[in-house]
Amino acid sequence: MLQVIEGQGRGAAPPSLNAGLAARWLEAFLRDEICERRSIGRAVVGLSGGVDSAVTAFLCARALGPENVHAIRMPYAASNPSSLSDARSVVEALGIVERTIEITAAVDGYLQFEPDADARRRGNVMARVRMLILFDQSAKLDALPVGTGNKTERLLGYFTWHADDTPPVNPLGDLFKTQVWELARYLGVPQALVDKAPSADLEADQTDEGDLGITYARADAILAQSLVGYSDAQLIERGFAADDVRLVRRRVEGTHWKRHLPTTAMLTNTAINEFYLRPVDF
Amino acid sequence: MEPLGSEGPGARPFDLAIVQTKPRKGRYGENLDALREVFAQIGERPTDLVVLPEAALTGYFLEGAVYELALAADNFATDLARAWCGVNGGRAVDIACGFYENFEGTYYNSAVYLHVEGTAAHVLHVHRKLFLPTYGVFDEERFLSRGRRLQTFETRLGRAAMLICEDIWHSIVPTVAAVKGARLLIVPSAAPGRGVESGDELASVVRWRSILQSTAAEHGVYIVYAGLAGFEGGKGMTGSSCVVDPWGGIVVAAPLLGAFVLRAQIDPREIDLARATLPLLGDLRAVLPDLLLDEELPIPRGGRDAAGH
Repeated sequence: MLQVIEGQGRGAAPPSLNAGLAARWLEAFLRDEICERRSIGRAVVGLSGGVDSAVTAFLCARALGPENVHAIRMPYAASNPSSLSDARSVVEALGIVERTIEITAAVDGYLQFEPDADARRRGNVMARVRMLILFDQSAKLDALPVGTGNKTERLLGYFTWHADDTPPVNPLGDLFKTQVWELARYLGVPQALVDKAPSADLEADQTDEGDLGITYARADAILAQSLVGYSDAQLIERGFAADDVRLVRRRVEGTHWKRHLPTTAMLTNTAINEFYLRPVDF
Repeated sequence: MEPLGSEGPGARPFDLAIVQTKPRKGRYGENLDALREVFAQIGERPTDLVVLPEAALTGYFLEGAVYELALAADNFATDLARAWCGVNGGRAVDIACGFYENFEGTYYNSAVYLHVEGTAAHVLHVHRKLFLPTYGVFDEERFLSRGRRLQTFETRLGRAAMLICEDIWHSIVPTVAAVKGARLLIVPSAAPGRGVESGDELASVVRWRSILQSTAAEHGVYIVYAGLAGFEGGKGMTGSSCVVDPWGGIVVAAPLLGAFVLRAQIDPREIDLARATLPLLGDLRAVLPDLLLDEELPIPRGGRDAAGH
């Protein structure tokens, strides 16, 4: 009898990452986009206490130098206190510039006129106020806002449209959440941030995976193969749970609009981004 | 245009420089000024041939702005020659460089090969990219027309062919060039990097290297690969320029992303040795007619393809 060697299928594992290679690539991206193309040299990052903004701050510090990275902590009265202390641990680890700006007065100043606003609406207002502050700090500090959204939340539509996704450059937007964790471990992000359950922290006891109804590991594995073009039936054949596949498919297909600019009525042969086509860096 | 050495074109070693450019998007004049400084640096040492990437002085992703930046080949060659002569006087050199070409209102992704002597630019060849990637991140055929011919051409350094980027991914293209006598394949390229899942290098760079090395070794040719560098709207052009010898070995290679000058000496005698050791090209010449004349191939005959369309 000869020894039989079995071929390995792709399986149901989430996508892997060479974190060192990705870090070098993203540092070069930040230097090119911020320093060379825009001649700015400074970045401003909203530091939430979560792993995405922590990794973004680490990358910016490596690319630009810690003295050129301004971290803004923007807690609301109901925010989990641990978010603030976790963000502080990133500032201390990197030696970046930090400022804390409470958003409670700004958020409640509006919401006093909308006492019936539910948690979703209140969360949206918080996200939009944070982005307002980030852009104003950008103008004040002559620093470019750097986005922190990852590929998983972009694909699942798990972000506030034209709030979280507005910064002009984003180093993490083509990395799945599980890859961001890999990158965080490589960069030396404080362990507590890597280990804790991800949360938008817009409501008490909120977690991303609770909101989404699926773990990031399962969602990322499905997304990675789905984007290549494998059908739902093929994914189920490969061992994914049918409910998970359907959930991911529904979220992606229901949120294409969130990954685009507003829909503009076309009336002429020179419609912007339809006929009149210029690259963003032209 | 005298051949180097007394034995005829392509008989003597020559000195090559690759300029891995990192242009400012759309700023042709500014990029040409920067190139002049690099030419001065290169001119400090004997240099017979300078090779630059695809879209070397404009950037690659231009979308509709390609119509504003495309140039007639003669005008582009004159600009290159003036840039060289402005800092190196009348010293002769050959230059190969990728650019967007405006040929009487038809637009191509092209590469020009010119010989500069005195202050004159002699255009020896213009290659128009055959395979315009129009999928995924690429959108070339929305804006550009396909080239239709693959020609080899004689230089004082030997017979050469230019293949732009995806041209060399189709193995039939370098094969035809080699069969038509090319000993030097010049490959200007603009390759957006991707693939960070595993391995020590980007998956796209590994794939490129593999193609270049296997192509060089199969046909016994030198390949000079000049890669554009720098980020364009989030897409990082890998650079990774290199020279591959006729054995498939890497002579010199640039790192990812940045602007660099690479130098190497090309020794045409290596080509003869490699081909004598592994005579695949000679074997191919014998069998190629049988392969190409096979009636089962879907090649249009008499105006129709094999399916009768």
